[in-house]
This record gives sequence, C-alpha cells and structure tokens, in this order.
Amino acid sequence: MRKLALSDEILLTIDKPARYIGNEVNMVVKDKNKVDIRFCMCFPDVYEVGMSHLGIQILYDMFNQREDTYCERVYSPWMDLDPIMREKNIPLFALETQDPIKDFDFLGITLQYEMCYTNILQVLDLSGIPIFAKDRTEEDPIVIGGGPCTYNPEPIADFFDCFYIGEGETVYDQVLDAYKANKAAGGSRQDYLEKIAQIEGIYVPSLYDVTYKEDGTIESMVPNHPNAPATVKKQMVKDVSNTFYPRKPLVPYIKAIQDRVVLEIQRGCIRGCRFCQAGMLYRPTRQRDLDFLKDLAIEMINSTGHEEISLSSLSSSDYDHLQELVYFLIDEFKKNGVNISLPSLRIDAFALDVMSKVQDIKKSSLTFAPEAGSQRLRDVINKGLTEEVILKGAMDAFQSGWNKVKLYFMLGLPTETEEDIEGIALLSNEIAKEYYTIPKEERNGKCQITASTSFFVPKPFTPFQWARMVTSDEFRQKQRFLNNKMKEQLNYKSIRYHWHDADTTILEGLFARGDRRLAKSIYDAYKRGCVYDAWSEYFKNDVWMQVFEENGIDIDFYTTRERYEDEIFPWDFIDIGVTKKFLLREYQKAKNETITKNCKQGCSGCGAAAFEAGICIR
Amino acid sequence: MVVRIKFAKYSVVKFIGHLDVMRYFQKANRRAKLDVAYSAGFNPHQIMSFAAPLGVGLTSDAEYVDIELNSITSKEEAMAALNEHMNEGFYINGLEILKEREENVKKETAMSQMAAADYMVSLKDGYELVDMETFKKKFMEFYEQEKIVVLKRTKKSEREMDIKKFIYDVWFEERGYGVEHADTYESGIKVYMQLATGSVINIKPDLVMEAFCKFLGKEYQEFAFQYHRMECYGNIADNKMSQEEMIAAVERGEDIKRELVPLLKMGIQG
Repeated sequence: MRKLALSDEILLTIDKPARYIGNEVNMVVKDKNKVDIRFCMCFPDVYEVGMSHLGIQILYDMFNQREDTYCERVYSPWMDLDPIMREKNIPLFALETQDPIKDFDFLGITLQYEMCYTNILQVLDLSGIPIFAKDRTEEDPIVIGGGPCTYNPEPIADFFDCFYIGEGETVYDQVLDAYKANKAAGGSRQDYLEKIAQIEGIYVPSLYDVTYKEDGTIESMVPNHPNAPATVKKQMVKDVSNTFYPRKPLVPYIKAIQDRVVLEIQRGCIRGCRFCQAGMLYRPTRQRDLDFLKDLAIEMINSTGHEEISLSSLSSSDYDHLQELVYFLIDEFKKNGVNISLPSLRIDAFALDVMSKVQDIKKSSLTFAPEAGSQRLRDVINKGLTEEVILKGAMDAFQSGWNKVKLYFMLGLPTETEEDIEGIALLSNEIAKEYYTIPKEERNGKCQITASTSFFVPKPFTPFQWARMVTSDEFRQKQRFLNNKMKEQLNYKSIRYHWHDADTTILEGLFARGDRRLAKSIYDAYKRGCVYDAWSEYFKNDVWMQVFEENGIDIDFYTTRERYEDEIFPWDFIDIGVTKKFLLREYQKAKNETITKNCKQGCSGCGAAAFEAGICIR
Repeated sequence: MVVRIKFAKYSVVKFIGHLDVMRYFQKANRRAKLDVAYSAGFNPHQIMSFAAPLGVGLTSDAEYVDIELNSITSKEEAMAALNEHMNEGFYINGLEILKEREENVKKETAMSQMAAADYMVSLKDGYELVDMETFKKKFMEFYEQEKIVVLKRTKKSEREMDIKKFIYDVWFEERGYGVEHADTYESGIKVYMQLATGSVINIKPDLVMEAFCKFLGKEYQEFAFQYHRMECYGNIADNKMSQEEMIAAVERGEDIKRELVPLLKMGIQG
C-alpha cells in the first residue's frame, strides 16, 4: 500500500481528502530510484481546478514517456489544510510518491492567470524552498515557470530560476538532457541555468539587468551573461497532428471542473480580436488532422470512461472539418451515453442542428460573445460579429425551441462611450423583442436573456498593450450606468444582468503589464495572508492596497497610464512572431474604427509567418 | 438484466466518499466495456444502486452494487474486465446475475434487502486503550448488559435508544472471511461484531465503540478505531416484517426471526 504524506486524522478532518491522495485512474507509477530526473508539475490552485487543465496533462504524459524521468503533480493545498501543514511542519508533497517537493530536481509551475501569483509563493513556502530564486541552494529544485503569464513574467521573475516561454512540446527534452549532463559533469545550479539560457525559448531572469528612466519606464533590459540572448523566442509546435497528446488522461475521483475528455482541435485563432491575448500569442493558427482527432477521441473515451467529450479551441467554428468531426462523434458516442459539448461555437444552421442533437433544448442556452454593445465599438476591437448576425442566430434558435440566451460583454474597452454601454442594454432588449414576435402559442414560455459584463484588462502582446485601463471607480460607475439602462428596457423582466468584481480586475491589470519592481509587494502581501486571490472569499483588497502603498508602487502608473508609442515594455524581450509594429498599427486602426481581415480572408502581415506553420503556409 | 457486484474498498480509496464511488463505477463500467443500460433522456445515466453507503474512512471487503445491463458475455468475463480497470483500493470479488423480477412483485434492491453487516474494529497505531485481556473481558461485560443505551444523533434530532437487541453478535477470533483487504495494526486489539443495518435500523460500529468507551470510562477518540466491513446480509426468515414493524416488535421485547444470507446469495440465478 502507498504510504500517504498526511495522517488519517488530518485526512478525515479536512474537506475532500481525495485532493491529496493521488492514485487516480491513469496515474503514472514508476520506481523513483530508477530515474535520473524527478519533475513535479504544479498548478497553483486547488486540485479540482488544476486537474482540469489540459496543458499539464500533455506535459505529464510527455515527460513520463522518458524512461529517465518521473513526472508527478502537486496542487495548492486548500485553506483548511494550509494551516495544519504549517502548524505540524508537514512539507508539501507530490501526489504520486507522496514525497516532499524539496526532494525533486524540478518544480514546474504553470501560470494560467495573474491572480494565482500568491499561490506560487504558498507552494514554495510550504515546500520549504526559498521564495526568492537568489536564496536557493544546490539542495533546492530548479523552479521553472510556463504558461500564458510567462509572456510577461517580470512581476514574478524574482521567484523563478527560469521560464519556458511558449508551447511545452518543443524543447523540454533539451532542458532535461542538459540537466542530466550538468549533474553528470558535477556542475552547479548556476552552471545549469547559464547553460539552458542558450536553449531557444528559455528565459533565465537572473541573467538580465533592467534599468529604469526617471519617469519610471524601462530604459533598458540587457543580458549580463554572454549565454543569455537579447530576445527570447517563443516556442511553437509546427505540426500539431504529429505531437504529444495524452491518450490516457488522468481521471480524478472527485468531480473536477472539467469532468470530461478534452479534445483540442486546433491552436491559435484567425480572428484577431484586438483585446485578446491568446489570439496573438498562439499565432499562427494550426489545425489538427481530422483522423488524428478521431483516433484520439475514441482512445481517450475508452481509457477514461468519461461520459462527456468537449471540443476545445479558441473558435471551434473556424476548424475546417468541424462538421465531419462533430457528426462522427455523435455517431460514435451518442449510443453509448457519451455527451458531446461544444463551447465557442458560432450560432448558425449547423450549430443549431448539432445542439438539438446533443442537448436538451429546454435546459440549454445559446451563447453569444459580442463583447461590446455597439457596432462602432465592435469595430474598434475587431470583433467581426454584427447585430444582424446575432439577431438572426437568436431568432433561428427561438424558432427551434430555445428560449435562453447568454451574452458576454466587456466594460472599459478603449474609446468606450455611454452610448456604447447603453448598446449592451439595447441589444439585450432587441433579442428579447425578437422572441416575443413569435406568436404566443408557439412560444416556449418566457425568454431569458442573461447579459454578463467583465472588465477589460489590457494585456501584453495585444494592440491594446499601450491602452489606458479604467479605474475601479470608473468601472463601478459604468456598471451602475448599465444596470440603470437595463432597467429602462421594455423587456427588462426577461433580462438578467451579472457583473464581475472590479477590485480583482485592477490587480490583474497591474500584474499583466507590471515589471520586476512588483515582486516585493507580492511577497509582502503573501506574508500578510494573501493567497487564493482568485477566490473572492479569500481576496483581501485592503491588504494589497496597503502593501503597494508601503512599497511605493503607484498602481495608476501601470494601469491607467496610456503608454508612449516607443516605450520599452517589460515583455519586449520576448519574440512571439507577431511584431510590435503590427500591434501598433492595429492600435491605430482601432482608434480609427477600422477593422482588419481575419487570417482566412487575407494576410495582414502580423509577423507570425516567420514560424512557417499553420495558416501562414497554406 | 441486473447484476450484483461485490467489491472491496481499501487502502487510500477509503478517503473517497460514496458519491464519488458511484462516479468511479460509472466510469469503470465504461472502461470495462460492460453493456450497461442507460436511462432515457438527454442526460442518460447508468441504472445502478448501492446496498449501503460506506462512510469516508471505513474500509470494506463487502460492498454491493446492482447494475442494470443489456447483455453479458459471462459472469467470469465481466468480473475479469472490471478488475482489469480497477485501480489500487478497488477489487471486484463477486458477481452474480439476479433473477428476473416476477410480475406484480415489488422490486427488491440491494439496499432494501440490507438487514445486517459484519464489522471488524481495530485499534489504530498511536492510540492506547487497555491491554488485550482487559479489552476482551470488558467488551463482553459491556455486551452482556441488559440494555445498551446510546444517544443516537440524526440530522434533525438526538434521541436515546437501546441498541442491545441490534447488536446481533460479538466475537474476537477471525472466522475466515472478509478481512482480506483490512489493514492490520500493532496492538492487535480488535473486536468483530454483527450489527443491524438498513434504511430504518442502522447501527454503525462507531456508535457501539462510543458506548463501549463510555462503559470503560474512557474518552472516545474519533479516529482511534479503524472500521472494516466484512459482509452484508439480507434476512430470508419468513417473518414478513418491515423494519418499522421490527423496531416495534423489539420494543415489545419480542425476538425477531433471523436467517441471514450474504447479499451475493440472495435472489440470484442458480
């Protein structure tokens, strides 16, 4: 029997002990004494969230295919266990062997959202690994970061030995081989980091110096070691049909957020929405082969026993063989009680047909993401969705029996006016109005329009990276304004309005475009009890505000300041293919309310073609 | 057709709650490619029912679940396929096909048949109670009392109850079944007991141990004992009593006719 790191007494006292025992279906078991490299992969949030992440499952599978490597997992202990571990001095452990993280060669942390930063510190702290990279010794694991937030790793650069920038499938073998070679040669931690700085896509923050101008902006960021390149090139899988994909994904005992097989059909997006970071980061768009996906789907359903399969991509409707794939899945699985879920689907005749086959019309809802309330503002953000298309899609669906519609919008987009905001209420009302044109006897009761707004956060590597973000007071004012406008609508009773919290948004905006000077504040906030900031019940805005003040951090400098066109950004050292010149051009076009064609309609010369992959070479 | 599966739950999966065990079996059945019957509708689900949910922290050699199938190749093949897809802590140790239900006969589920269960209770490492001899002697004294009154807590209320009549048996030596997957502990202090189990009278072993500790004059420590379920039984004695009627009869001081049979042997095809 596997010996658990936590005693029965602890496990029977805390909520969901299954979070900490491992032993899930398809967990990889190896003899830790027969491998050269022990890698612990971490998602710094609670188990049910972390277990739902495809990226970790891909890397877990990929690493474990190496005979010399045993990859294990760890997630953030929940707030009931955290104090117990501190009180009883129990070091944080990996789920597979239940061994302390400190015994590992690597701790790999995926950075999926800014609000998890204090959770990284919690993981390091509970593991007994010094929080600042500079304080680590030969006894500590190499702490490596990956994932979308590494496209501006600077606010957390001090906590990491290195970052892997880009898709994990490409150079990890080199990173691990170099580790073995360094160990065999008796090299030190520093030797290793200097060595891997030469691997394309690897960023070792300690090998760079940053200087600042008097106005607080960056003067320069230059390597201080000959091995460190001036620019770090993002890693990208050229052929997404000939690569790693977990054929036996882990199946947790407790219900994870994604309790289903996830089939990633493509990477990247052709659309070029100007607010969307993923749309720029993952260019060029690359589609997986239909046959590859069919095989994967069958194999994963068989190996997991899941009762649902979900297609994943930024915009599924843009996948060339979507119809064939979806009808194949319905034919193959529907008789076996397997559900098919299709997020991010544009509403058209095909979508309605598929949805009527896989969902209960009475319970399910249609989803539109117009993002902005007026056509003017939708042109600014280059969201190619018109009111006409939305109304037609909704009407078609209403006539097929649906009566629930979900709408997603953002508040605080650049150039936004009160008219644009009011447009959200008007559009919601228009959709309801369409519904009530259907004769009463043919209707399916009342309709239910749910409009949600989130607050816009300018992100690195988007055309809006220069843009001013609005203050939390402005956010609240906009949201109140919209709430009042909603109440003025004729069909108000059929409309529900939800909104997100403004405080966490400001912090997210600060970290998204922040620099190295923020690390101390993150550390101080953690030391004063900030952790699980993404969970509203644990978010302590007042503590954050206090530490920023004490550290002399001017939040507005990072959030509400419109950047100079030629300003050096903390993330400029990363080359994602898409050029800064293109992004600036897009920003200017946005201000002129001019739209840009999507990649299928024509190339707009963003720079991603340098990767010679996907849509760029078709 | 309905198959009845008997399985063991032990090792680290003792921390998995009942609802998650149900989810686990739904997925395991699919991995093993059993020809499971699904309910109609947009969210089809497997038709299965468990005999008696096992509390988190308990281990067992005798959990029962009834599953409706469209077809089966053979009992042996189905069992082997399932075991191939179990992970550590779950093991299928029996599978039988239930008799087709006759017309106008009320459907009997494993849960409705549940009448009693055997448990082994062990003192865990790191806890002290009394020495082995005292333990046995005191436990028999405890058991031989005329009444064993406990405070039975339900979600809604607390009430006093005499559970003496519902402790069917107590013994100290292994009888050769149902301890295959039980953990063993250093002190060797343990007691076996047969308790009334079911939807109305449901005596949990921790209730007995709490009463015993009180009898000993010792504080009951919540995590001091490991409870291991060894077998679950139905009652085939011809007394046609509902559980409510049984309670009433016991309260009147009557003896209940009891002929206990392991659930795997009840209502199965020959």
